[in-house]
Amino acid sequence: MEADVFHHIAPFVGFAYPNETEVPWSELIVIYPYITGLVAGAFVVSSLHHVFGMERFAPISKFALLASLCFMFFAPTPLLFHLGQPTRALNAVLTPHWTSAMAAFGYVAGFYIVLLLLETWFSFRADIVAMSKSRTGIMQKVYQVLTLGSDDVSPRALHTDHTIARRLAMIGIPGACGLHGYVGFLFGSLKTREWWSSDLMPVIFLLSAVGSGVGLLIVIYVIASWWRKTPTNNGAMEGLLYLLWTGIVVVVVIEALEMVQMLYKAREGIEGVFALIQGPITNSMIIQWGGSFLALVITSIMMLYNTKGKRLVFWLFISGLLMMVGVLAMRWNVVIGGQELSKTMRGLMTYHPEVFGRESLFTVATLFTAPFVVLYLAQKLLPTVWEADPEEHEDKVFDIHKAI
Amino acid sequence: MTTQDTKVEKEAGDLSRRDFLGLLGKGAACAGALVGAGSALASAGGGAVSALGGVGPSFQQDDAQYAEAVKNPPKIPNYNWTQHKWAFGVDADRCIGCLRCVEACKMENSVQMDRNHTRTWVERYVYLEGSDHAHVDSIHDIKNVVPGSKETRFKFDNRYKDEKVTKEFFVAKLCNQCEKPSCVQVCPTGATYKAVDGPVLIDTKYCIGCQYCVQACPYGARSLNEARGTAEKCNWCYHRITKGMQPACVEVCPTGTRIFGDRTDPESPVSQFIRNNKVSVLKPDMGNMPNVFYKGIDKEVL
Repeated sequence: MEADVFHHIAPFVGFAYPNETEVPWSELIVIYPYITGLVAGAFVVSSLHHVFGMERFAPISKFALLASLCFMFFAPTPLLFHLGQPTRALNAVLTPHWTSAMAAFGYVAGFYIVLLLLETWFSFRADIVAMSKSRTGIMQKVYQVLTLGSDDVSPRALHTDHTIARRLAMIGIPGACGLHGYVGFLFGSLKTREWWSSDLMPVIFLLSAVGSGVGLLIVIYVIASWWRKTPTNNGAMEGLLYLLWTGIVVVVVIEALEMVQMLYKAREGIEGVFALIQGPITNSMIIQWGGSFLALVITSIMMLYNTKGKRLVFWLFISGLLMMVGVLAMRWNVVIGGQELSKTMRGLMTYHPEVFGRESLFTVATLFTAPFVVLYLAQKLLPTVWEADPEEHEDKVFDIHKAI
Repeated sequence: MTTQDTKVEKEAGDLSRRDFLGLLGKGAACAGALVGAGSALASAGGGAVSALGGVGPSFQQDDAQYAEAVKNPPKIPNYNWTQHKWAFGVDADRCIGCLRCVEACKMENSVQMDRNHTRTWVERYVYLEGSDHAHVDSIHDIKNVVPGSKETRFKFDNRYKDEKVTKEFFVAKLCNQCEKPSCVQVCPTGATYKAVDGPVLIDTKYCIGCQYCVQACPYGARSLNEARGTAEKCNWCYHRITKGMQPACVEVCPTGTRIFGDRTDPESPVSQFIRNNKVSVLKPDMGNMPNVFYKGIDKEVL
């Protein structure tokens, strides 16, 4: 019992309120905005093809959509693990208290999951129909159910699918931005913490989300291609490079502006902010800024020298990974860092995460691995061969016209 | 005069009689009794964990009793919350930092028995010679826990005995029951709400334990009761004040530092305290409009 009571207690220096020494939001709340950020980022990439018709992203747009859906399934799970009374989670949806920024979460997340499911279904309907005709046994039944009774694959029907999927994606872009801007608002709207209370917070969350989402797509695209022993598409990789570079530049600039503004304004308690940066979050600050700068340097060099081929794949993979790690560190600095600085601005806590337990690093690792596993399974169910070069993988492609 | 008015007057009369007796007996009887209880607790040694597995000592409400109280809340006859407006005063000049209030609160309200969860606390501000800033400490400092008490009893240690102290004072803190409470604003389910008579209450049957309110409170008044998975905060002993009693901390305060009463009654102790003193509130810039009024606090008090 006592262990339960004490396990979130953080050691402190200076003066903090007694109740503050128990850090309310753990590493689960670090991973939650991180996962929603990846969703938003992956969705944006998918939409660049679906909505804006950028052909270079065609090979990965459906893959990005599927990745976005798989990560979205798990976006609310860290919150559920964090609640003191998880069985009452739906209270916030059944009787939302609308003055709360958090009350809309269930609706926003629910809306977005439904939207992603619909767009995925319309994007993959032709494949599903094809597989319901070509597969046998239990899988045929599964695909038949997945067609929802709509097996018309006439050009007109396919055109309708495409139109609807595009319109859904058009709703999805403001949806994704809204979803993640909203997560930033949850933090930025709290006046109690100087470290959070910034008008730039929603913007920072949104932009870093897109950056980390692009990073994720690069990483899983490269790994999946390697796994499938298929070359990555050069056009798509270049497109991702441009996106990632733009993402990093904007994120670094906005975050730097926010920091400079806070330090320059130097309101009461600024010494506390300095102490925080030089104290509990030093390492994660180095990872955040180091990762971002390194990724910025690498991508800039690749942009300058027009890097192509294997070198592009390798270094873009590294940059994507750096961006993901950098943004994860940034989430830590915001969520945990904000709570490590006392509301008195004159004390610092040092949060030590647990390794095992309900709110622990193990839970975080499990919840973050799950979307990758589900994405792997989803790929089995709805194969997204790299759409642009089907002739190379003819044996694996479900050509709708051959199947019927 | 209506029946309602008579009732209010009678209640007010009851209150002032009680206040009078309370003032007489506070220093001797109440504090003495609680110190006694505390000593009994200390002498029980390892008895801080009850047989039922609750965290608190045996005289605290255990989990089963708590569940029963939540399931069948006691009916309060003749209490009309539209006729009261409770307020709290802290006369920092009188506080001696004995911490009886903290212990009484924990016993009365089954607060988690450790130094990191509390509904009320006392801060000690000490200016040493040559320094422009105060050293601040409170009950969560391990040095202020009575050794061997398993964090159930507290006493400010004598750490400044070899230093030259130029100024020193204590400030009692508790929930401010704000007029514009940010905890109520951010609660996603409406489980925490502002009662008509002033206090901010929590429906522990409906709270989901998201701790957004803990983040939003500028005063650090809220915490999570980990055993119950719900938010926890001072409610000015709502179960007592609605029966015409004083909050437990006010009842035991031996110096009259803590002052409580009804602002609708101009002669209540708190109305007089606010009227007769220059009072201030904590962090007015937050815009929460607190209902705990302080006298004699310093620039360093946050």
